Amino acid sequence: MQQKPILLTILDILSIIAIGIATYFALFLAPTELVMGEVQRVFYFHVGTGWVALLGFIIASIAGILYLITKNMTWDRFGLAAVEVSAMFFLITIVLGSIWARPAWNTWWTWDVRLTTAAITELIFIAYFMLRAGIEDPEKRARFGAIYTILGGLSAPITFMVIRLFRSIHPVVVGNPSAEAQGGFDMTVDMRNTLFIALIAFTILFVDFIWHRVRLGGLQEKVEQLKLKTLGE
Amino acid sequence: MANKKTINTVTADHRPPSAVVGQPSFIKATLAIIHKDLAAEFRSRELLTAMLTFSVLVILIFNFALDLNIDVRQKVTAGVLWTTFAFAGTLGLNRSMAVEKDRGCMDGLLLAPVDRSAIFFGKAISNLAFMLIVEAIVLPLYAFFYNETRIFKLEFIAVLLLGSIGYISVGTILSAMSVQTRTRELLLPILLFPIVVPVLIASVLASGAIINDMSLPQIMTPLNLLIVYDIIFIAVSFMFFDFIVEE
Repeated sequence: MQQKPILLTILDILSIIAIGIATYFALFLAPTELVMGEVQRVFYFHVGTGWVALLGFIIASIAGILYLITKNMTWDRFGLAAVEVSAMFFLITIVLGSIWARPAWNTWWTWDVRLTTAAITELIFIAYFMLRAGIEDPEKRARFGAIYTILGGLSAPITFMVIRLFRSIHPVVVGNPSAEAQGGFDMTVDMRNTLFIALIAFTILFVDFIWHRVRLGGLQEKVEQLKLKTLGE
Repeated sequence: MANKKTINTVTADHRPPSAVVGQPSFIKATLAIIHKDLAAEFRSRELLTAMLTFSVLVILIFNFALDLNIDVRQKVTAGVLWTTFAFAGTLGLNRSMAVEKDRGCMDGLLLAPVDRSAIFFGKAISNLAFMLIVEAIVLPLYAFFYNETRIFKLEFIAVLLLGSIGYISVGTILSAMSVQTRTRELLLPILLFPIVVPVLIASVLASGAIINDMSLPQIMTPLNLLIVYDIIFIAVSFMFFDFIVEE
């Protein structure tokens, strides 16, 4: 039995602390936004989860490329971990965004660029899981999964650009304060700090989750091998 | 003479594989696969009949679902046509790969001493041919049913061609993948549509703008994205086909 690495335990504790601090900052230290009120506080976690979801999506595509080059199963486990964690965070981002959009836009959902792209990306993830579930041979599963994440990673930016041709109402909070009418707002220093802390906290949590999932994938493989061995005897 | 040729191929091993004796050139191999697919299809007519009947049915359903009167048609013609082609396309893609798999023809193709990408291009071009044949029949039918002659513009046809190329290049590679899974036909639309969504949106935007005589930027912006998508995905599909068919 493989021991849990000590560094992973430290990372577990670190991510709990970091998320705790980020929650405290978002709920208590950040000032209440003037127009939108308390619901704006969801923004910090919305951006935090959205950022790591995107990161996971990119990592999955890179892991796919590396798998096809090296044929090393570690990259397959890495890619699967990235997709699983990213899919969950994307879902959280969408739900948090909806909670904010209901009072700010007066609707749960709108076919805006970011929303639509997020929804389509989520569908790519589901298709990825279904594809993997339909293949028994682990080597072929890894190969097809890698190809599909690369195709998805190439197609999602184009989807984003194409949908942008329609009008977008999603606020661009960072670097574009002119979007106030769409629910954008100027960030104060406290807000910026809170956002920064949330981003760091979620990045730590993300690394922790990926590590756990990769490790779990390795253990799963070992169990499978042991099963085959006992059946063979 | 023959002796000299053999010696040449042995010594000049830096030559492309097509120069080796007994191996057909890339273009010849591609053409052979296209010929095989088209000949088989024109004998059985299974695939085209199914795609065409399905397309007409979808248009009929749209007629009642969207109440396609003259005002509605103004806006949704491009959308209705593209939805029809996208759904009919999955039928064709599924069938064209399933035939290869079921009768073990794929193994035969892979054993043939030709470049694997020739197989990809052969399959992709014959899939494209089926799709274009369906489009060539459905467009006049649509014009006939709805008195819509605005779709017979050269620009509209060009968008149709570009959109079909993008759709088929991804579709061919994904159908080669889905046919090897347990769920097979069920999986293709689920794999294909999230990836091919930019093609469908860009095509609908561009062809809608063309039908309604909008300004050039409104046509060119989606069209440029469509061309970018086509180039990227033809290249990627071409690169990945080897990885998909290897056993």
